[in-house]
This record gives sequence, C-alpha cells and structure tokens, in this order.
Amino acid sequence: MSEHDTKSEKEPNSPERRRFIGAATAAAGLAIAPGVMLYEVAHGRPEEQAASSAVRWGMLVDATQCATGCDDCVSACSTENGWTPVAESRHPKQAPQWIRKLELQDPLTQMETNLPMMCQHCADAPCVDVCPTGASFKRADGIVLVNRHTCIGCRYCMMACPYKARSLVHESLNDTQLADVPRGMGCVEACTLCVQKIDRGDGNTACAEACTAAGHNALLFGDMNDPESEISKRLRELPTKQVRADLNLNLGVRYHGI
Amino acid sequence: MASITFREVEGSSLKYWMLFGVLGLFVLFGALAWNHMHHYGHVVTGMDNQIVWGLPHVFAVFLIVAASGALNVASIASVFNKPMYKPLAPLSAILALALMLGGLLVLVLDLGRSDRLIVAMTHFNFKSMFTWNVFLYSGFFGLVGAYLWTMLDRNVKPYSKTAGTAAFIWRLILTTGTGSLFGFLIARELYGTAMLAPMFIIMSFAYGLAIYLMVLAAAYSWTGRTLGDAVMMRLKSLLAVFVAAVLYFVVVHHMTNLYFTKYHAVEAFILRDGGIFTTLFWVGQILIGCVAPLVILLSSLGKQRTWIMIACVLIVLGGIAQMYVTIIGAQAFPLDMFPGLKETSSFFDGEVHSYAPSVPEFFLGLGGVAIALLVTTFAVKLLRLLPASLDDATVAKLEH
Repeated sequence: MSEHDTKSEKEPNSPERRRFIGAATAAAGLAIAPGVMLYEVAHGRPEEQAASSAVRWGMLVDATQCATGCDDCVSACSTENGWTPVAESRHPKQAPQWIRKLELQDPLTQMETNLPMMCQHCADAPCVDVCPTGASFKRADGIVLVNRHTCIGCRYCMMACPYKARSLVHESLNDTQLADVPRGMGCVEACTLCVQKIDRGDGNTACAEACTAAGHNALLFGDMNDPESEISKRLRELPTKQVRADLNLNLGVRYHGI
Repeated sequence: MASITFREVEGSSLKYWMLFGVLGLFVLFGALAWNHMHHYGHVVTGMDNQIVWGLPHVFAVFLIVAASGALNVASIASVFNKPMYKPLAPLSAILALALMLGGLLVLVLDLGRSDRLIVAMTHFNFKSMFTWNVFLYSGFFGLVGAYLWTMLDRNVKPYSKTAGTAAFIWRLILTTGTGSLFGFLIARELYGTAMLAPMFIIMSFAYGLAIYLMVLAAAYSWTGRTLGDAVMMRLKSLLAVFVAAVLYFVVVHHMTNLYFTKYHAVEAFILRDGGIFTTLFWVGQILIGCVAPLVILLSSLGKQRTWIMIACVLIVLGGIAQMYVTIIGAQAFPLDMFPGLKETSSFFDGEVHSYAPSVPEFFLGLGGVAIALLVTTFAVKLLRLLPASLDDATVAKLEH
C-alpha cells in the first residue's frame, strides 16, 4: 500500500475546509440563541436539525495497540446494534458482521498485525455510487448509511465495496432488533459508526468505548474536521494509512501500524 | 422483391399444448422457488455475504445478454438492408422481448426485497449503472415493441427502418450497460475494465443468435413448415464469426491481465487453481462454448442441421459457464485489502469462497428461461411472426 496519502495531506487546506472555517466564524458571531451553534452538533442535536458537514466523524485505529485474541470491539458492536455474534449464528457464512477482527501476516517476515475492519466511511464511497435507489448514502457528517426503507436488497453495494464491509440480512430477525437500530431481512447493513449514539450526543462508538475499557486504547473516535479534537491531534502526530489508499476514496477510518 | 406470407402457428395440436404445459410447469416451479426465497430470506440459498450474487444472476445476465443478441437478425434486415433476413425479423424481435422479460424477472425476483420493486422504479441514483440499466431495459421494451409493430402493421411499415435502427443502437447501449454493471466495479480484480462492455456485446451476438437458431429450427420442424438450407447456412456462418470474436475478446482480456503482476494471483485462480471455476473456464467456456462449436460450424459437420443445433446448444452451455465464471468466480476470489499480506478473520477474509447453488435458485433461473420460451410459444400462435415457408426458392427470390 502506498505510504503517500495525498488526499488526507491536502485536506486541512481544502476549499471545503476553508469554506467551513469562514462559515463557522460568521456563525459564531450570530450564535446567541442556544442550540444552533455549529459546534454543538458534536454534542448531540435536536431531531429536527440535519447533520452538519462542519463535522466529519472518523476513527483512528492504532493497530500496534490492538491485542491478539481480543474481540471486545466486535462484542460491543454486536450488543449495541443488536446483531447476533457469528459464533452464535447457525449460518456463519450468511451471518451479518458489522465489524470483525482481521489478522494479517507477512509471509516473508512472519510479522503479525491485528486490526478491526469495518465500513471505512469513504468520502467517495463506491457503495453510494452504485446504489440504484439512493438507499446507500453518505450523511453530511461523513457517516455512510443504508436507508432501511429504500434498500431493495440488490447487493450491488456489496459487490462494489473494496472492504467487504457490508452484509445482507439473510434470515428473519425474529424481532431481535433494537428500538434505535432498525434492521430487516433482505436489506443490506454495515457499521453506522453508532449513529444512534452520536445523535444522542454520546460522542463515542461502542467499539471505541469497549477498547478503552479493556485498556488497549487502539480505537479513537472523533471529529476529524475539528483541529482541536483528540483524533485530529493524534492524526497529526501519528503516521497513518488508509486501506487500499490506491483507490483514493478518502476514508473516515485511518490505521496506524499497518 | 418477392413478398412473403406470414402465418400464425395453429397451436391446437397435443404437441403444442404439451410444450405449453411443460414450460408452464417450469414457470410454476420458478414462482414457488421465488416464494420460498422471499418467505425465508436468502438463507435458503447458497448465497452468503461472500458470494452475494449467485446462480439467479448467472441466468438473469445470460438471458438479458442473449435478449439483445437475439435482436441481431432483425437488425441485419432493417439496419443493414439484407432482404434475406427480413422474413426472419419478427421472430427475432419477439424472442428478444421474451428473453429480456425472462432475464429481468429472475433479476428482480432475486432481490432481497423483491416486494420493493416499485422503489426501484421511483427512486433513482443516476450515478448507478443499475439505474441506467432500469431505463435501458424499459427503453428496450418500448423500442423493440414499436419495431415489432412496424413489422406487423402495414400502416406503420414505412417507419420500420427508423424503428429498427433505433432499436439496434439502443441494444448496443443496453449491452454496454450490462457489461458495465461489472466493468464499473473497482473492488473486484476481474472487473473494473472497459473491456467488459464490448466483450458482453460480442457475447450477446453469439448467445442470442444460437438461441434464435434453435427456436427457429424447432418452430419450423414442429409445425412442419419448410426451412431451407440457404437460411441455415447463412446464419451458421455468422454464428461462427461471432463465436470466434468471443474467443478473441476472452483471450485478450486474460492476456492483458497476465501481463500485470498484480493480477497474477486472480488469473492463476481462474486459469489454474480455481477448481470448479478453472474447470468451467477451460472445459465450459473455452472448449464447449468456443472451440467445439467453431470446429463444428467451420468443418463439413456444419453442413448438417443436427450438428448446427449441437453447436448452438454448446454455445448456450458455454455461455452459462462463462457467466458463472465471470459472476461467481470473480467473487470467489478474496478481496485483496492488504496486498502481500496473508489475511484471516471470522468473515472469511483471505479465503477462496465456496458456493453451492440451492434448488430454489436453480428453479428460479430455469423459471426465467421457461417464461421466455412460453412467451415466444404463445406469441407465434397469436401473431403472424413466422413465414409460412422459408424454402430455398422463396428465400432466393427475396435477394433479387
């Protein structure tokens, strides 16, 4: 994989970024009434307020801290989002997996690396491009989602995703789904960056919380557009890569130590 | 130019209704298969989160590709002004419509939410090749339908050439769209090439004509009408050219990939180590689908009608093998997210994915074939699509 990541290097000075800073400065002057200030988006937002492109949610995965054999992030995701863990499924090949632990080994050096793999929340997502009905979409704050009402289950997005991040719900869920995580047989689904938690204002994902709780600190979630956020600071310091950077998809998930 | 008499097939014999019944039975099986898949979900199929498009897509894409190819005979008549092909044109158009219908039905009934078809027709994302195809398929029905009308109704006959040309151009764009369903995918190594669009077009020529020839011969043989050698020999030579062109495209595609080191692994998988996929490629696609038909059609065997029919069957079987390798083989090879590294996970990363089609998938696919043939069988009874005779003398008069 290429060490160079032109898009992420350019990002801080992109026109979009400049426009945001301009808009945010203008908005800050007017921000007297509570609840309308742009940065408040990061602290949960009222239902009627749309997601803002001022924010770009993202994740930093530090593979050097990711422990072999630990799958706390996977269990936490399954619990938070209500999908059955693959070990408990009667149909493991057909069972949805929103996040999985990937073990890598260099055949030459025998060097082993562990990392979680999930939807990379591409800025230019192939799944969004190919979806015939527009059910696959990218929210203004960078989260790639599937609209449960317009997904027709064609699986073209699964064919298009370079990360094998998406799953089709192959069988009836028997009402195992959770109230704030709509799912459905015949629809495609994937990691939502715990969108329900973000919209509640939790400011973190279940996987990152679990990783921190386990003391590994391999996952850091935050707003990549906010230069003062913890994730932005870490991304400035640590050398990171995007998986299949050659595809130039501008990913929301960045990896250190791969 | 001598005129030719078109006549409906009487369609009152026991043989006709037997054929109708058998095809109807397979349509019923297809409907039951869909109902089963729709009720229980895709868990009852061999498809999973690794092989997301399975046997129904093989049948659907094959039928859609063959549909546009079946229109070729009509195109040669009207667009390229070959009078000999004019009496063959109505069957060509109806077969194109019927095959398209069969293919599309299989495609939409394999959706995870086939009950949401209306959503696909009301919500569009114009960056999606699938959306383009929705319009290309609808347009195909409209244009070929209009073209058929100009062939059957004397009042609108003057518009036949215009309608035929429009349908011909449309069908080329349509097959470009079908090939580009795969060509526009960046994730899979065997896709993501402009090569797939022209390759699908030439494949459509071969598959469509092979099916056309079988239907034509069957229709004339079963109704006791005369089908002269002049027609058969002309069409079989054309078929040989198409099959040779398919072989050429397949060779160029793989040779290009073999030159690029990054494609060596996936090429080794298809050409050497892929088990069933390798067998289907060499024995199915190349030997049965290309080499054997070429030998038959270009040798003295090709002068005998039985052998021409055998060649057509082989081309169709080879075409299905080709679709299987193209659609399922490409998915069976694992995605290479970390080039040079060995990947393992609970999600079967880094492994070659296996696929065993289930009975419902098979019958859903066959249901599409049966619908196409049933529509054709019924149409030749209902409409004057087939010339009363295609004996050599009648055909010879057309050319003078």
